[in-house]
Amino acid sequence: MASAAQGSLPRYVVQRLLLMIPMIWVVVTVVFLLLRVAPGDPVSASVGGRLSEEELDRRREALGIDRPLWQQYLEYLGDVARFRFGESLSDNRPITSIIIDNGGATLTLTLGAFLVALVIGIPLGLVAGRRRDSAADVGIRLFGITSYAVPVFVTGLVLVLLAGGTGWPTYDIASPITKFQVEPVTHILLVDALIAGDMGAVGDVLQHHVLPCLTLGLLLCGVFIRLVRVNLLMTMKGDYVEAARARGIPERYVVRRHAFRNALVPLITVLGLQVALTLAGAILTERTFNWPGLGTQLVDYLNARDYPAVQGLVTFFAVIVVVTSLIVDIVNALVDPRVRY
Amino acid sequence: MSVPTTASSGPVVRAEDVRVWYGTERGPVRAVDGVTFDLRPGEILGLVGESGCGKSTLGRGLLGLLPDGAKMDGALEFRGENLLTLSKRELAERRGVDLGMIFQEPLTRLNPLMRISEHFRETLRTHEPGLSKAEMDRRALDVLRRMGIPPTRYRSYPHEFSGGMRQRLMIALALVLRPAFVVADEPTTALDVLVEAQIIRILHDLRREFETSLLLITHNLGIVAEACDRVAVMYAGEIVEIGDARQVFSDPQHPYTRELLRSTISLSTTGLHYIPGAPPDLVEPPPACKFHPRCPDAMQVCATRWPAPVQLPAGSRAQCWAAEERNRLIRLTEDERRPLERRELSVADEA
Repeated sequence: MASAAQGSLPRYVVQRLLLMIPMIWVVVTVVFLLLRVAPGDPVSASVGGRLSEEELDRRREALGIDRPLWQQYLEYLGDVARFRFGESLSDNRPITSIIIDNGGATLTLTLGAFLVALVIGIPLGLVAGRRRDSAADVGIRLFGITSYAVPVFVTGLVLVLLAGGTGWPTYDIASPITKFQVEPVTHILLVDALIAGDMGAVGDVLQHHVLPCLTLGLLLCGVFIRLVRVNLLMTMKGDYVEAARARGIPERYVVRRHAFRNALVPLITVLGLQVALTLAGAILTERTFNWPGLGTQLVDYLNARDYPAVQGLVTFFAVIVVVTSLIVDIVNALVDPRVRY
Repeated sequence: MSVPTTASSGPVVRAEDVRVWYGTERGPVRAVDGVTFDLRPGEILGLVGESGCGKSTLGRGLLGLLPDGAKMDGALEFRGENLLTLSKRELAERRGVDLGMIFQEPLTRLNPLMRISEHFRETLRTHEPGLSKAEMDRRALDVLRRMGIPPTRYRSYPHEFSGGMRQRLMIALALVLRPAFVVADEPTTALDVLVEAQIIRILHDLRREFETSLLLITHNLGIVAEACDRVAVMYAGEIVEIGDARQVFSDPQHPYTRELLRSTISLSTTGLHYIPGAPPDLVEPPPACKFHPRCPDAMQVCATRWPAPVQLPAGSRAQCWAAEERNRLIRLTEDERRPLERRELSVADEA
């Protein structure tokens, strides 16, 4: 069973990247059709009721959305194939610049949420698995289910209420003064603040991150708690764990080196699968905390029936999900010697 | 067979009236019920019996590897020291160095994330903390060579080995610390016959190379005949017969041993022989002799009084009224000797 005999990792990566093309086509098509099926259009959403019907039709004609659907569809597909995502109808911003300007806020939010989820989820899951059916286990499981079941905006509002009066920042990614002072370089505010060397700004941005990341992280950590707990229960009964005991390895090393390590491998896969959930949760979290990320933008553009903007952003989300799952596969291959592509 | 002289040294392992039971909702399951045996240095004792008779429980119990909820009682001595009074930690320290174990399923017994070298280093570091890395590797490679594993595979991962090789790895891993006593729990069940023969050969050679005493748990009587010095036959948690392997096989004293031997399949087998009924419920085992409901020779006494283990003139030890009577060790009354009227086995009992 030589590992080299079963194809190589680079070839696998190329295959996966090529598979993205049909997938993105499906996403683009579905989003395109869904938006057309939804009642209203960009014109009626922005100025409907305030202008005459003739005037509205004239504007629709100007935007080209009066043409047959298949014409619009083919035209849009052609644009996407040439990586031209166009501009938003409602505020004339290129889709790429929306992603660059607002993507950074979503990126730091989701990464922070994952960090929170792992830091809370893994230790709690390990404790619950180690002390199965103890009071701690029951408590942790209840916590996990609750944090997963409670809607993001409820968690967010409760945290805002708790933070209220303490002066802790409860909305936006930074205070206005920080936003004004920090020069945008990467458009990731935290990184920009670090580049500027303005530690006050870094602290300010980090403080603003705490509540949103905690909110989104709590949603995720429920998944991790349950996964780690169940995996640990399984690996603790594993044959190699008993074999390690039979060699006289002290129990704490048996648990740490044999049971924990093997229990954490599936976590990598699930981490990748959670990216989609996280992005969905990010939209709600951003709304709750008035976070200047892609989620907030997406909701605005949806309300405006801004076809190209919504299509562009959803396609971007889809690409992110696919790319992260690819990265997860690669990491998996590096961590687990049995996985070879 | 060249058994090392045992006159000078006492037994490596001495088990006396060892009992193991698991708690269940219906009451305690007496998986091992008063087992007594000893094992001399370099000796191979085969432990045979049907599935569920307590073989594996006994093997694990000897190493203190019983699951939570299991209780153990009796006396279990390793080189004169009672293992049952040791703390969990002290017992763990004995495992690997003094007491080794080889398991049934070699495929899943190695940590998939650790290289073979890491398995060896971890084991050696645990028990001999002073060793240098080079010394650990030298020791590991030495054992691997004896098991026929080339040194080039030392840095490989478990999944890169075949089943037979993995079992040899497990044996090497158990032997690198040179334990005086090893329990091998059906070490060849998951392997094909050629690999089986190879593994048995290796186990058989252990005593010459390492002077290891081996408790070989198996349900393959052929393996026992080939590799073991003595054999213990277990039924429902008791050792019903124990003695020299050749002696027991050529002249079984307990009806269960006899029936078990008749049930083996060989090229000359024309019809399949089996023992009617199923192994008894260990929560409420039959009274007196536990085998009497299935025994073709059962007498009235077998259902009323428990036969104590008795040393028979032929050299083996058995617990059976019929064997005692046959060897003129006791005299049963006419009443006691009357054949037991066998209850008809219901279909449910057969299943």
